[in-house]
Amino acid sequence: MVTEDPRLLPTPEAHDLLELTRELADKELAPRADEGEHRGEFPRELIRTLGRAGLLGLPYPAVHGGGDQPYQVYLRVLELLASRWLAVAEAVSVHTLACYPLAAHGTDAQRERLLPAMLGGELLGAYCLTEPAGGSDPAAMTTRADRDGESYLVSGTKAWITHAGVADFYNVFCRTGGGGANGISCLLVDAGTPGIAPQARERTMGLRASPVAQIAFDGVPVPVDRRLGAEGQGFSIAMQALDAGRLGIAACAVGLAQAALDYALRYARERQQFGRPIVEFQGVGFLLADAATQIAAARALTLSAARLRDLGLPYTAEAAKAKLFATDMAMQVTTDAVQVLGGYGYVADHPVERWMREAKVLQIVEGTNQIQRLVIARGLAHG
Amino acid sequence: MKTVVLVKQVPDSGAERRLRDADHTIERESADNLINEMDDYAIEEALRLQEAHGGEVTILTMGPTQAAESIRKALSMGPDQAVHVLDDALAGSCAVATSAVLAAALRTLSPDLVLSGAESTDGRVQAMPHMVAERLGIAALTGARKLTVGGDGTLTVERQTDEGYEVVTAATPAVVSVWDTINEPRYPSFKGIMAAKKKPVSVLSLADLGIDPGEVGTAGATSAVVSHQERPARSAGQKIIDQGDGGVKLVEFLASEKFV
Repeated sequence: MVTEDPRLLPTPEAHDLLELTRELADKELAPRADEGEHRGEFPRELIRTLGRAGLLGLPYPAVHGGGDQPYQVYLRVLELLASRWLAVAEAVSVHTLACYPLAAHGTDAQRERLLPAMLGGELLGAYCLTEPAGGSDPAAMTTRADRDGESYLVSGTKAWITHAGVADFYNVFCRTGGGGANGISCLLVDAGTPGIAPQARERTMGLRASPVAQIAFDGVPVPVDRRLGAEGQGFSIAMQALDAGRLGIAACAVGLAQAALDYALRYARERQQFGRPIVEFQGVGFLLADAATQIAAARALTLSAARLRDLGLPYTAEAAKAKLFATDMAMQVTTDAVQVLGGYGYVADHPVERWMREAKVLQIVEGTNQIQRLVIARGLAHG
Repeated sequence: MKTVVLVKQVPDSGAERRLRDADHTIERESADNLINEMDDYAIEEALRLQEAHGGEVTILTMGPTQAAESIRKALSMGPDQAVHVLDDALAGSCAVATSAVLAAALRTLSPDLVLSGAESTDGRVQAMPHMVAERLGIAALTGARKLTVGGDGTLTVERQTDEGYEVVTAATPAVVSVWDTINEPRYPSFKGIMAAKKKPVSVLSLADLGIDPGEVGTAGATSAVVSHQERPARSAGQKIIDQGDGGVKLVEFLASEKFV
């Protein structure tokens, strides 16, 4: 069970929010996760239910329909969702990330027009930064947006796009100027615009309920008033969004690992060998003790970075540390959970093998863990 | 349309429940208390009618202090306000006395429609909607799986029965009790939870309702539980060790219990 010491929550309303999240997670997510992952179907209606409950715009202002919650509370919600069904938590994280460019860099007119439906969860978002030729070096992107009167015409291909084909809007980062990071802008594009072609879904190792695909843009007309921020500001917007997104992935990793520990612990208390429960053997008990310790550390690191963000302080390096540590931890803990269950852990009758497959992607998305080290090292060298 | 939903706080039917030795009533303090499940469907139905026809929705609860938690939970789904009948003298009230109290409270609210769950998961008597309607002298359309309101305000109910359903109608005011087949209750929203903290909850005592404390509670109960016993602990089952004849023994056991 996810630690819920009320002293760690800043307000009574945060406590109420987590109660609501727990009810939704237990009744709506947990019973559907296995089947949903097996069938590989995106649970769009379930995401709408979360939207109606107010969970899809938590860290944004109430005036635009958000939940006005500090990031540390939003992350606790995400952690709880991830402990029941990672694909759904990831959908919430990606959607929340996709609302960031508009919420933080849109004009008042843009926000008033577009943000309420996004934060209310009627519209699902996606984030189109990465391209087939390079994920870790987005400044080298080649997708272009050429000015044509009061519109841009967007052409190029984006890759590894979560919610490809199911999203209602895409944040598309594309080149409006010359080479390098300064030539990139951010456009908010309706998914139904002609010329957008989501490709066949990737056949992923895990998170199969979450659609991931390339999206081809072929002369897609986007009104100039759908540009978020100034021309050339796109790269900086993308990096800011990723800082926050990384904390989301870290929280997902903590939730996933907690689920794996809880499951392995329950099994180890019941499974008898040599006449006693295997949790009483030090080899198993220490494995679980290490997992519990690592989870607590990852949670603390993640929330500590979130509190910096909530105070308006720089947190780029702290977010990178949290993402790196929490996702490596989740890989280890889910692998150990399989080990605790032994042969039973390796078969699909128990969810731990799925969780182990799901953990792997967390070390890769929102910047590989190698990139996180680069961010941390850069901060150390120049900080 | 002015709708009042009867909401009862009950001990979690999924958890262990105990009766007090002194008066054989449920130990509510130790139980996890929830809104009676069927009442969620009544609240949902009230909210759907409000969305379609306007009006207001009021929650009416009779119960001890901790019932206030369930009132807030109910309000977080969307109703406008609540009335909590709270009085120490109510402890141990029988169904007949409870119906008198609810009817008195309803008279102060003069609703067009009273909605309730068809039964509570603690008592399972299924009599309260009928009793309240009788006391108020209005129609009781019970066990609804569908409720529609016509242009002239006539209520039409598909009344669920063992064999199928009956269609019954009544003019308002009326009491309608619902089964869980009628709708899918909504979850509260985060905003709903926040808003519920500010919604008005009026607390009424027996004196406010003009009811003599001697007519309710344990003192005025028309029936009394005279003794109770804990359910016997589950005894160890019969273990069959397969020594080549396991299948036969299993069939013999099932046959002896008349399963096959």
